[in-house]
Amino acid sequence: MLEVQRATVRVGDWSLEGVDLVVGDAEVLAVLGPSGSGKTTLLRAVAGLQALDAGRILWDGDDLAGVPPHRRGFGLVFQDFALFPHLDVGRNVEFGLRMQGVPAAERRRRAAAALERVELPGIERRRVATLSGGEAQRVALARALAPGPRLLLFDEPLGSLDRGLRERLTGELRRLLSSLGVTALYVTHDQEEAFGLADRVMILEAGRALQVGTPEEVWRVPDGEQVARFLGLRNILDGRVTGSRAETAAGTIPVPPGTPEGPVRLVIRPGAFRLDPGGTILGQVMARTFRGEAYAVEVAAGGVVLEAHLPRAPSPGDQVRLAVDPAGITHL
Amino acid sequence: MTARSRLALAVVAAPPLVFLLAFFVWPVASIVATGLFPSGRFAGGAFRRAVEGGLPGVAWFTLWQAAASTVLTLLVALPGAYVFARYDFPGKRLLRALFAVPFVLPTVVVGTAFLALIGPGGLLGIRLDGTIWAILAAHVFFNVAVVLRTVGGLWSHLDPRLEEAARLLGASRGQVFTRVTLPLLRPALAAAASLVFLFTFTSFGTVLLLGGPGLATLEVEIYRHTTALFDLPLAAVLALVQMAGVTAVLLAYSRYQERRAVEQALRPAIEVARRPGTPAERALVGGTVAGTALLLLGPPAVLVARSLNTGEGWGLGYYRALGRPGRAGALLVDPLRAVGNSVSFALVATAVALVVGLLAAVVIAYHRGRASRWFDTLLMLPLGTSAVTIGFGFLLALDAPVDLRSSWLLIPLAHALVAVPFVVRAVVPVMRAVRTRLREAAAVLGAPPRRVWREVDLPLVSRAAAAGAGFAAAVSLGEFGATAFIARPDTPTLPLAVFRFLGQPGRLNFGRAMAMSVILMVVTAAAVALIDRLRPPGLEEF
Repeated sequence: MLEVQRATVRVGDWSLEGVDLVVGDAEVLAVLGPSGSGKTTLLRAVAGLQALDAGRILWDGDDLAGVPPHRRGFGLVFQDFALFPHLDVGRNVEFGLRMQGVPAAERRRRAAAALERVELPGIERRRVATLSGGEAQRVALARALAPGPRLLLFDEPLGSLDRGLRERLTGELRRLLSSLGVTALYVTHDQEEAFGLADRVMILEAGRALQVGTPEEVWRVPDGEQVARFLGLRNILDGRVTGSRAETAAGTIPVPPGTPEGPVRLVIRPGAFRLDPGGTILGQVMARTFRGEAYAVEVAAGGVVLEAHLPRAPSPGDQVRLAVDPAGITHL
Repeated sequence: MTARSRLALAVVAAPPLVFLLAFFVWPVASIVATGLFPSGRFAGGAFRRAVEGGLPGVAWFTLWQAAASTVLTLLVALPGAYVFARYDFPGKRLLRALFAVPFVLPTVVVGTAFLALIGPGGLLGIRLDGTIWAILAAHVFFNVAVVLRTVGGLWSHLDPRLEEAARLLGASRGQVFTRVTLPLLRPALAAAASLVFLFTFTSFGTVLLLGGPGLATLEVEIYRHTTALFDLPLAAVLALVQMAGVTAVLLAYSRYQERRAVEQALRPAIEVARRPGTPAERALVGGTVAGTALLLLGPPAVLVARSLNTGEGWGLGYYRALGRPGRAGALLVDPLRAVGNSVSFALVATAVALVVGLLAAVVIAYHRGRASRWFDTLLMLPLGTSAVTIGFGFLLALDAPVDLRSSWLLIPLAHALVAVPFVVRAVVPVMRAVRTRLREAAAVLGAPPRRVWREVDLPLVSRAAAAGAGFAAAVSLGEFGATAFIARPDTPTLPLAVFRFLGQPGRLNFGRAMAMSVILMVVTAAAVALIDRLRPPGLEEF
């Protein structure tokens, strides 16, 4: 089990400030944050490549301070893969085992098994420079897996790949991690990747941890406006709740049961809107974007601009009436 | 820095430092002391005599011929560097290797080759020996390879998308070159220009063979004052002036480099080069390659031709004559023994230069800061110091604690001193370029620091080290100035043999010099090619 307690790193006037996290055995925790949030710094601190200015990092209760990277027994998949250009694929994968002093025959067997696991069997003799992006990513994963690390660290390993490949590899990685039952810390700026891979997600912004929870929890109940905005939820408006309704600048809307009375800040998911002649929100269409499944439509209503995902697209300039499903509304 | 890493630094820095102190600082200090403080007291008269005896003129000539040689070399080499960096054409690898040959050619061979071309009975039919044009031409010939290697090397890895981006932002071809390409190439241009300037500033063999009255560099004057005029104080003053000039250039360059270090995203050369497409491009590539080939391969070809043309038809007459006694009845040089001497000196010198150079490179590459910059400059100094001064200093200083003066070791040690900077220059950039990520990857996979060095840095660096070793061997095989001083009559090297033949009158001896030069050229090329073969494969990305 990995425990990070009050981890602090200061670089100039930027800092990673007092971050706590726990990754249980066989759990995959994704750290999700924009660039500059400190997620890579946090990962490097866990790997031992970055010293902490304050705080502790524990493995199974033992403090790792003073344990150099090569004695931590962790694996790390780098963003740019960092494959050794002077070694072929097989010798890259064997590298960790060689450091452990595993005999050659055993090494070759285990490297072959690791390559098989990432679905690249038999490419041991290939030169690293000839690998495609997706292959290099898998080889980097095989190299990290082969020595049997107690914790796997991922630094945006899919970040440099194109979208289609990234989606496919996210699924493969998810199956691989769960079949191996390995403990992993996964750093990314891509929420689909984080939600698709992780048992739990931590949102990190500007060096501070904002929220930790399962992907569903974080997505359904974002903890604060920052998290909501980071997740791409832009319909945030202030209102006053009386019973099951709230008065907002855009109109009176229903709220889910359990919403506290009085002034409140609400998040409305774009998918919660529907076109309805009896709807309580009257607005004017500002712009629309075709998104395949639906149209993303910007509607100006009572001085605020709302984003609604609608199956039919009114034209810009049209007056529309929108109704809201209270299930798509959360208070912050 | 922790106490432990400070200790490690000291341990690594100690051998090169001791080597430098014993075989450079101490001999040079001795000669300066002997020259300027003959009886323990400062004798300032030497300065006055130097100024009266034409020192300003010699210094000025040294300076401007070096500047002119540098500018000419850059102008001549840049088209070739561009074509080699950006285009793919048949025979490119072979030509690239061939074009590197002039740089490793001994100065004596270059001088002799130009004599064959524009000297007495020269192929071109015009006598240019004894004029500045001969010197400039030989300097350009000698140094084009430096520019092709350093500038072309960086050019071939520049991301062409930067230039494409500038084009799309509205820059014309000319503007792209001056605003984007040239600034990005500036580090390599500065490195190449300062190297060429240093080489030509301290040029000895070429100027000695091709120069004439009024065309003497400081180096030639030092040689003349020590060997012909026995005016040691004056030679010491000249040596000091030359060292001051060299130090100024080295410091300026090192400062520039620290300030200008731009990290660039470099791409593998394969992605950058393409085949010439349009007829204009084909003409550009063909013309540039042909012109460069004519310039770089012409003089050695003429040298070979003249060594085979005995006047009574073609044949090996001059080569056979090498083993026969001269007019005075004595065998000037036994050619086989000269080859043997040169090769064994080169082996020892290369080994010493590799050990010292690699240790020094570790210090310079991994410990940035003022101390390491000074160390770097100190290591470069022997390159710019008069070889004659070094040779003479060896004879003066190296009698205690162990008398090395009569030892054969003296020659390879002097050669190693001049060769170390080549090893350092070849290795340091690669050491610095090994990405931190690779070291981190090795560490996370369980490699302790020393093992990281062995598994990651060493294999990546060894290719550069092999290139450095090739240079070291070439330097040793061709070294002339210091060897002229310290070699004993019975252990001549190949360049000394050439020089001895050139110093004898008669057509036969001129032919023998040509033949000996060809042998030296072949031995040098073979040594460099052999070391090139030894380097590990699979590192084309770097």
